[in-house]
Amino acid sequence: MPGHSIGAHAWLPVGDLQHLIDAVAAAGHRVVGPQIVDGAVVLRDLVAASQLPAGWLDEQDGGSYRLRQDPEAGVFDHVVGPHSLKNFLFPPRETIERWRREGGSWQEAAVPEDPRPLAVIGVRACDLAALAVQDRVFIRADFVDTAYQARRERLFLVAVNCRRAVATCFCHSMGCGPAVTTGFDLALTEQDGRFAVEVGTTAGAEVLDRIAGQTPLAICSAAEIAAVREQPRRLERQMHERTATQDSPRPRSLDTHDIRGLLFGNLEHPRWQEVAERCLSCTNCTLVCPTCFCHSVEEIADLTGDHVDRDRRWASCFTLDHGRMHGGNARPATADRYRQWLTHKLAGWIDQFGTSGCTGCGRCITWCPVGIDITEEVAAIRAADRRPPPIAAEPA
Amino acid sequence: MTDAAVRSTAAACPAPPTSPWHGRVARVTALRDETAEIRTYVLAHRDAGPPLRFEPGQFHMLLLPGIGEAAISISSDPEDSTAIEHTVHALGNVTLALARLDVGGEVVLRGPFGRGWPLADLRGRDVVIAAGGLGLASLRAALLQLARHRADYRRVVLLHGGRSPEVLLYGRDYDAWRAAGIEVITIVDRAAPGWTGRTGFVPALLADLPLDPARTSLLCCGPEPMMKAVVETAVSRGVAPADILLSVERNMACAAGFCGLCQFGPAFVCKDGPVFRYPAIAPFLAVPHL
Repeated sequence: MPGHSIGAHAWLPVGDLQHLIDAVAAAGHRVVGPQIVDGAVVLRDLVAASQLPAGWLDEQDGGSYRLRQDPEAGVFDHVVGPHSLKNFLFPPRETIERWRREGGSWQEAAVPEDPRPLAVIGVRACDLAALAVQDRVFIRADFVDTAYQARRERLFLVAVNCRRAVATCFCHSMGCGPAVTTGFDLALTEQDGRFAVEVGTTAGAEVLDRIAGQTPLAICSAAEIAAVREQPRRLERQMHERTATQDSPRPRSLDTHDIRGLLFGNLEHPRWQEVAERCLSCTNCTLVCPTCFCHSVEEIADLTGDHVDRDRRWASCFTLDHGRMHGGNARPATADRYRQWLTHKLAGWIDQFGTSGCTGCGRCITWCPVGIDITEEVAAIRAADRRPPPIAAEPA
Repeated sequence: MTDAAVRSTAAACPAPPTSPWHGRVARVTALRDETAEIRTYVLAHRDAGPPLRFEPGQFHMLLLPGIGEAAISISSDPEDSTAIEHTVHALGNVTLALARLDVGGEVVLRGPFGRGWPLADLRGRDVVIAAGGLGLASLRAALLQLARHRADYRRVVLLHGGRSPEVLLYGRDYDAWRAAGIEVITIVDRAAPGWTGRTGFVPALLADLPLDPARTSLLCCGPEPMMKAVVETAVSRGVAPADILLSVERNMACAAGFCGLCQFGPAFVCKDGPVFRYPAIAPFLAVPHL
């Protein structure tokens, strides 16, 4: 039987999702997917399709996340929860170096790799974009982080085209979604009780072939493919239109025009102090952000001191420790630290990696305990832009 | 933001270089006390391998496994890879533990990292070095190179300041540097018995130094307030901002642009610096607590 090729689309009934999970697992992967745990959709090891949050919707707003059941809701009609691919590709804690002292001499020891490659089911366009951003940080800049690289090269991704957006979603502003266009092995679009499965890579084709060996799959017609492609485009248009309405909760959008110049030109804007009076410096925004990459290294020694692991742990620019120097602290006040986070995310990232650090996933808005909203902060600075009128640049 | 995150992106990377996390063990071969709290550690790689190659102004991450790591400038002559020198002020967790090492003790070196002083670009120019306190450690390798290749440069001046005469660094080198044709001028905040030099701050030395500003490049390392004052003085003396080079200090954990701790405006101090041309960082140096 001829196999599926890249770009092919086949129909998979919703009731046959288990075949997809089984086929990905049979290809040797540890399978992870969205599940409801403690009232939120998070990514966990996935064995059965029944673990997926079918029939559940999320409502998100600044500092608010609620799940509710809806008989009309599909399998993936929730959007993004607090977890992202970052939790797995750049885990919150991992051993990066291991040292052993024998006879007074240090030797570097190997750190074991994850035995099984990872597969993630249900990845949205904004999180594929975030993965591309983290790739730029860890494997496409001046140095290669080999631990990240090892996981990334073996990663298998089953993406999902969103059918709805919540109020905190603004991927349309960042050019990151909602349509899944690239960077996946398989992509799912739910329509009328079935999924159109698009093949993105040969690894994806092999998994689809494996499913076809278990259950017959209908091939999508050209007209059906066009309708499948149109679905996220329609949502994207709705997201652009909704920003002009008076909906509640307020739909988010972000004006990115000259955003680097705007933010670096307003480093001493009074808004930084204003937002700092609300910010708890709790680090939630950096933890849920799918692109934030700051980390510190912790020395873990046994009692003899001869066995040392050096563990990388997520760090946050909202902690005092982030700016610690021997002569004092680079960013002693919350205003300094909020400014660092926002200007790095939306401006510095462009210098560093040729891309914004924001994909419009909205997590930082939802999971901020006081509902600080990145789109609102940028809009406030834009509304009171304090840059002097342009003058001739000084020769560099 | 639309860049393809295809599986092949990782494979398309050039052959993976040695991980920047990989360290190389070195042994202390000699210790030199510079001041009461500052000591120079002379190191040699323990295991066979390629000789160290570095640019003046680059740094190593010095690791004591189980204790921690610190970013320290390499202060020795780049043309002598057998004696790798680091001058360290025993102040924090790592540096105080380092101070307990004896000859034969081991330390792990990662690096060298960063962009150093662009000495090749300065050939034929007047080079003025302004160093505050331990900042001179970042410039010693440059001074050794300037002394070694003295004919390639016009005038070379070292302006070095410290809190008091006993904390001025590398006093034993001054005769050799002077003999090589480097003017060495020192200043202290507070004089002590026997001090016959000037009292005050490095910018005051620069203010009084006869200069040919169009032909002068300024290399500066020290506390940030000192560097800002030096820049202000140099610019007022007519030195072009692009001819002013500064070495910036920030906290860092990786030195390879991953950990994010060393950010300074849009720059990573670890890989875009630590040495910057002043215009590249001027807008950010001017903002407090950036």
